[in-house]
Amino acid sequence: MTTGVDLGVPSTQAIRSDEDVVRVRQLVRTTAVAVRLSLVDQTKLVTAASELARNTLIYGGGGSAEVSTVSDGRRRGVRIVFADEGPGIPDLDLALTDGYTTGGGLGLGLSGARRLVDDFDIWTAVGEGTRITITKWSR
Amino acid sequence: MALSAEQGDRLAHLLTEHAERLTSRWTEIVAGSLRGRLSRAELARQVQELHRALIDAGRQGVSDLADEHGGELRAVLSELSTNRARQGFSATETAISVFALKDSLLELMEDEKGDNTLRDFVAYSALIDQMGLFTFETFVRARESLIADQAEQLLELSTPVVKLWEGVVAVPLVGTLDSARAQVVMERLLQTLVDTGSPYAIIDITGVPAVDTQVAQHILKTVVAARLMGADCIISGIRPQIAQTIVALGIEFGDIATKASLADALRHVLRMTGVETPARRPRRES
Amino acid sequence: MERVPILKIGDILLVSIQVDMSDQTAIQLQEDLAERIVATGCHGVIIDITALDIVDSFVGRMLSTIASISKVLDAETVVVGMRPAVAITLVELGLSLNGIRTALNVERGMELIAASRADEWDEAADDEGTETTATA
Repeated sequence: MTTGVDLGVPSTQAIRSDEDVVRVRQLVRTTAVAVRLSLVDQTKLVTAASELARNTLIYGGGGSAEVSTVSDGRRRGVRIVFADEGPGIPDLDLALTDGYTTGGGLGLGLSGARRLVDDFDIWTAVGEGTRITITKWSR
Repeated sequence: MALSAEQGDRLAHLLTEHAERLTSRWTEIVAGSLRGRLSRAELARQVQELHRALIDAGRQGVSDLADEHGGELRAVLSELSTNRARQGFSATETAISVFALKDSLLELMEDEKGDNTLRDFVAYSALIDQMGLFTFETFVRARESLIADQAEQLLELSTPVVKLWEGVVAVPLVGTLDSARAQVVMERLLQTLVDTGSPYAIIDITGVPAVDTQVAQHILKTVVAARLMGADCIISGIRPQIAQTIVALGIEFGDIATKASLADALRHVLRMTGVETPARRPRRES
Repeated sequence: MERVPILKIGDILLVSIQVDMSDQTAIQLQEDLAERIVATGCHGVIIDITALDIVDSFVGRMLSTIASISKVLDAETVVVGMRPAVAITLVELGLSLNGIRTALNVERGMELIAASRADEWDEAADDEGTETTATA
């Protein structure tokens, strides 16, 4: 691996601006290539990361994305943790509904991203922030 | 039960001094278990290679197969078991190639009993056990990748995408469609559309015995994805039972064009692209 | 900030997106394009996304908006060159790109625009009762 992304050593990208969202996409792409996700799976993962990174920036007021490669013994995968210390999500069920938006978007960010990955885990507390963990496994 | 440095040295010494006797006995035991399915010369070469790697490891003071000095030995072992797996030997037959060393070593050490013999043999034995387990693991992994490769080849074979006409490609699907295969079909079809610049695709499911919700969803998603790319899909060859299933499952085919046969679908596409077809002319004249 | 170039070829504006756009770049493109349509009086816009390895909901929305804006300005928009992996992902994401016309490549996109312009000419010509030689 020449990308410097090793199993267990996460790379962290701060999300403070528009350009950072682009950097998150590129970091996720390199990592996905390194663990040999299929082209379609790479595309799904990068798209999901793009949605969530933008959410972190717009709704969370900025934060970070931590990208690491993981293994469950049989398969390898990419795990990304998006964390912010923003206002949190008051009604999670509502936020995960297709078409629901408070930011004037299409409302596909959270629900769409969830469909694009294998594991989706979300923790949120009002006034404390939001932490979303996604994983995509190689087939 | 790690090997001490002196034990490693003594092992290397023992193996070097009685090289001839040891390898021939070792080869003999392995040959007996494989019943002539591998040539004696080939076997002797493998045993000698292992023997040499083990001596090197012993000299470098290997204490555990997993440590840095065991690298060369692990490489030889993994090559051996990968080859055996590909040649179709069983796991036991492969592992015996390693465990046979224990018997030949025991025979040797019984003749040269000393103060440390028992302790040494237990330590050597533990190392050989590690080697055996490692062989076993590599064997299983090699088999798994073999099976995965074959499954993939089968998938490729069973999903041809053919060009029917200028700008028209077709996928004749035959056999049971599971989710994985449906996904492969979808990706290959869409890629072919790009490669050939074809704006029309026909998915023919005459040869598909049954459709479940998931497979129907995959076909629907393919059609929608093709549309996003600027191509039209037509589904042909829907059997009566499948039509009933589709309706019973409540799957919406919406405005997707469906035709009874591949021929009908092709005629439909040609008509849309403005090519005259024989079936159309008489109707127009009447 | 990077800017996406807009080329004018005959009666068509060609936008070939070659970079991983930041959201700002996407918004800028949307504005630039509206201005160029008015300035050039072009009746067709082709957006080539062959080089894009992902289209997320933001870019998807930008494409829809561009299509709507150009419609208002009497120009037809065709998005061309979407990669299969991108299309599959968009379907999974639930984005349908409503109101956007698509074609496999730039050539097909130009044919599509030519054909729809020809249809409009045909209608206009029919009203006056004259023949036109427009071909699709």
